[in-house]
Amino acid sequence: MLFEKIKRAFDKNRKHFRDDGKLKRMYPLFEALEAFFFTPENVTKEVPHVRDSIDLKRFMSFVVVALLPTFLFGIYNAGYQSNLMSGFSLDFWSAFSKGLIIVLPLVFVSYSVGFFWEILFASIRKHKISEGFLVTGLLFPMTLPPTMPLWQAALGISFGVVIGKEIFGGTGRNILNPALTGRAFLFFAYPAKMTGDSVWTVVGRLKDQSVDIVSGATPLAVSALAGTHEKIELLLAQKGYSFLRLFTGIYPGSIGETSAMLCIVGAVFLMVAGIASYRIIFGGILGVLSTGYLLNMVAGDSSAAWLSLNPFYHLVMGGFAFGISFMATDPVSAPGMENVKWVYGFAIGVLTVLIRVFNPAYSEGVMMAILFMNLFAPLLDYVEIKLRLKKRIPNVQQF
Amino acid sequence: MRRTETKILKVIFEPIWKNNPVMIQILGICSSLAVTVQLQTAIVMAIALTLVVAFSNLAVSVMRNVIPRNIRIIAELCIVATLVIIADELLKAFMYDISKQLSVFVGLIITNCIVMGRAESFALANPPLLSFLDGIGNGVGYGSVLIAVAFIRELLGSGKLLGFDVIPRAFYLSGYENMGFMLLAPAAFIIIGLLVWLQRTLINK
Repeated sequence: MLFEKIKRAFDKNRKHFRDDGKLKRMYPLFEALEAFFFTPENVTKEVPHVRDSIDLKRFMSFVVVALLPTFLFGIYNAGYQSNLMSGFSLDFWSAFSKGLIIVLPLVFVSYSVGFFWEILFASIRKHKISEGFLVTGLLFPMTLPPTMPLWQAALGISFGVVIGKEIFGGTGRNILNPALTGRAFLFFAYPAKMTGDSVWTVVGRLKDQSVDIVSGATPLAVSALAGTHEKIELLLAQKGYSFLRLFTGIYPGSIGETSAMLCIVGAVFLMVAGIASYRIIFGGILGVLSTGYLLNMVAGDSSAAWLSLNPFYHLVMGGFAFGISFMATDPVSAPGMENVKWVYGFAIGVLTVLIRVFNPAYSEGVMMAILFMNLFAPLLDYVEIKLRLKKRIPNVQQF
Repeated sequence: MRRTETKILKVIFEPIWKNNPVMIQILGICSSLAVTVQLQTAIVMAIALTLVVAFSNLAVSVMRNVIPRNIRIIAELCIVATLVIIADELLKAFMYDISKQLSVFVGLIITNCIVMGRAESFALANPPLLSFLDGIGNGVGYGSVLIAVAFIRELLGSGKLLGFDVIPRAFYLSGYENMGFMLLAPAAFIIIGLLVWLQRTLINK
């Protein structure tokens, strides 16, 4: 009943958006709204070329579904950390509602500002509004600290959508992951709001001044401060970051990144649905572990604490699990050929560890690693195509 | 009479907008990344380059009939190098602080593609007055982009213009922050790219 009514409303208003209608510049908006409710007649005309019965919209909705557990947990965790610091009640519902107050404005800003640019470009350049933004608009706030000011988040998503995507021609033509581009912009534009000890937890009005303020440092920040001949594992344990806690994710950090466990849930869902490439994900994990063990071997009893860190800690600390599951597997900015996806994922893992271990200026390496390998994706594709062509037996005799 | 007038105007104004050396020919990018963190250095650099291009064009054009074809690059280089050294010395004498900030980039005007490019492509084939005006036009075209980029970078990056605070304190108190990204060289790349985009959109209209 309701759907018939909606359908009639669309049919009635369609004429205004046609070629001679008054609102023809707004046709992309109309089209996107209609496609949101009903399956369009023509599927997959634009890149990425998914050769399947599902279209881009369903493809992207699967990613959103896979993100939901991480997202809900991120909301809960942001609220939990905030209440912990401010000395409020820690029961589930008060933490969750506090988290909603913190996270929802960020998501709202991300979607509304991003859609504004999408609609603007779609109207002027006459391309369709892509459902890809449903994912970008959710991924972007999840990579931010909960303390991010809203206007900075708006700038970040603008940069990501316009510079990261639209100037290349829209979804499917971008060489960089738009959400990560936006985050990278904020990282360099407002470093004080993206790193450091003070940014990760929203501290509300303190209820009781005598509350013992716990340190808000993230595990990566704790590790970065490790002196010579110290074990990072022990330091983390002193701060209360046991391996299990790092794995489940009740600790301060960016909204979506903390829980490796739920990232795995999302990643498995995506791999089973055939959307994320298992080659990239396993390649990345292999990259981290092998580099980690190699560094362990080199370390001996050298003084650098990072070298002798158990490689499994690299997997659960910071944003690696989130990045490799949802960012690196972005079908547009990752390579399209199957075998080089192993190389791509592996290199992301290696670079992540190398940046964390050897570059004290950036305590988090995943973002840089993924963006850097995004740039190499076309080259990797090219190499694999060349190698495959070499294997072929030429069917024309060359003279 | 009318014809020469339009030609002179064309020589001056075309490089400023329609055939801008930075935005259309993408020349002189290196220095526009390096000296545009502050408006002051950008203005000084723009003036220095305008004078160097104008006078090197004039000198090359005056000597265009006596410079042997085979060694013309060397001859042009000598002229440009002389002018650059004069500019550098003048800056050191009268604006020592700015000269310090510009450091090597004044000397590097020698390698600025705009200077050699105009000498090669225009001054060798045109009379002195026209060449001089062409130099002025190209210098102003380059300088205008430089100043536009520096304006955006200094305003957003450090909240100042020409060294004076222009963002009111109330903004900072209510949460505004300077964009650290604007102080890094990639920001100039992105701004120049956006300016090129804007200019082509306006030209094609």
